[in-house]
Amino acid sequence: MFSSAKELLEYCIKNNVKISAAIIDDEAKTSEKSKGEVMERMRQSLEVMRSSASQGLEKDIKSISGLIGGDAKRINDNINKNKTLCGSNINKAMARAFSSSEVNSAMGRIVAAPTAGSCGILPAVIITAAENFNSTEEEIVNSLFTASAVGAIIAGNATLSGAEGGCQAECGSASAMAAAACVELAGGTPEMSFHAAAIAIKCILGLVCDPIAGLVEAPCAKRNAMGSVNAMAAADMALAGVKSIIPFDEVVDAMYRIGKSMPFELRETSLGGLAATPTGIKLHKEIF
Amino acid sequence: MAKNYGVFDILGPVMIGPSSSHTAGAARLGRIAANIAGSDIKKVTFLLHGSFAKTYKGHGTDKALLAGVLGFEPHDERLRDSFIIASKEGLEYEFIESDLGDVHPNTVKFLFEKSNGTAFTVTGSSIGGGNVLIKEVNGEEVEFTGEYPTIITKHYDRPGVITAVTSLLSELKVNIAFMKVIRKSKGQMASMVVETDNPIPDEAIEGISKIKDIEKVFLVKPI
Repeated sequence: MFSSAKELLEYCIKNNVKISAAIIDDEAKTSEKSKGEVMERMRQSLEVMRSSASQGLEKDIKSISGLIGGDAKRINDNINKNKTLCGSNINKAMARAFSSSEVNSAMGRIVAAPTAGSCGILPAVIITAAENFNSTEEEIVNSLFTASAVGAIIAGNATLSGAEGGCQAECGSASAMAAAACVELAGGTPEMSFHAAAIAIKCILGLVCDPIAGLVEAPCAKRNAMGSVNAMAAADMALAGVKSIIPFDEVVDAMYRIGKSMPFELRETSLGGLAATPTGIKLHKEIF
Repeated sequence: MAKNYGVFDILGPVMIGPSSSHTAGAARLGRIAANIAGSDIKKVTFLLHGSFAKTYKGHGTDKALLAGVLGFEPHDERLRDSFIIASKEGLEYEFIESDLGDVHPNTVKFLFEKSNGTAFTVTGSSIGGGNVLIKEVNGEEVEFTGEYPTIITKHYDRPGVITAVTSLLSELKVNIAFMKVIRKSKGQMASMVVETDNPIPDEAIEGISKIKDIEKVFLVKPI
């Protein structure tokens, strides 16, 4: 495994390979499996992602507690009906992010990417980007390895858990993973992927984890939609040549330090933020 | 880097929502606990601690725990209907909010009642990302993840017992990944938790059960 973005980038540049190629090789070696087997397992995860990202577009999905549901369909139905500011591309991604989040909250099948609470972002961004770029199945599967590499570096050096680092660690990490992956899908360089990942996390630094009634529903689903748009914007910036002034590894370190200095009330305990508003408390009492 | 993560640790698990620790981890705990307890479970009582006790309804932790006991994996869509399925199969169940003391916030104690009237207990914690730790088996303190084939012994704390077990495994070309020996006091009952890289053949378990001073041996298959 690569312990930092710096190390992974050096490897990619030295060997003139994409991030995904380096990671697939590494995974095959450490798991003692063939590249084909490793790719096949990821392809199966992609199928689950496709299913979770599409179910909510057509049908109203209600969460177990009844707190959220139907927003994926609402956005999808609105795309060709009314004027929108973000256009069909971004709205489609938001609808897909909502879809996976709604499937998750309704006890449907999802891929934790990297967590269940942030499971909407990566599928939404990858599927939408692949649609735009006419990507092949192999390219899409490859890009998921790039996403995973970014997540592994964050997990190794900081955290992916809302309880430890706040929502910046969950939706922020998912957003960085998605940004890096779709840069590769668009034909960008490994450096561009990490600029995109750095920019994506930077824009969510300090984001608190304050689930209403302690459930992975609100504001999680909306933050998944927001995290998708953030990832796509960060990817476009990087593809245009915009660089992150602070290197990815240092951004991850900053994210971890911010997480640690956030009060525990703002880290998944539901004692602060939106969960502690009068409405948040009222909803909690109604559900439990 | 302090920790190493594989590709599928980050993109995964494939699971039933909504929470990797409250739902997927709970399903794994149920599956491992039932696997340790063995067949013919008539009733299971779940003592829910901490965050498990506070939010189990909204996270479907109760459904996931029961689904695990029924043998379902964390990605099995039948997990949502585990109450109905358990009732059809004649498995009784009960959830009790409890204080299990100074343990991880996501901890559950399983009290199994078997058809033959015997009881069996397992305690485990869901420690994040769907990963779990089993902490107690029938009153014996243990610690293992359930990711590896695991041997648990109950034995007398006497010289040579550990060597006998490890050399038997070495003869069968089973590599030991992790090992822990726990005893309450010198010379009394102790337990050994051995996690291995390779599948453990039945003959290993038979062999270990015949070793002098070994009172009991369990095999937990990886989940």
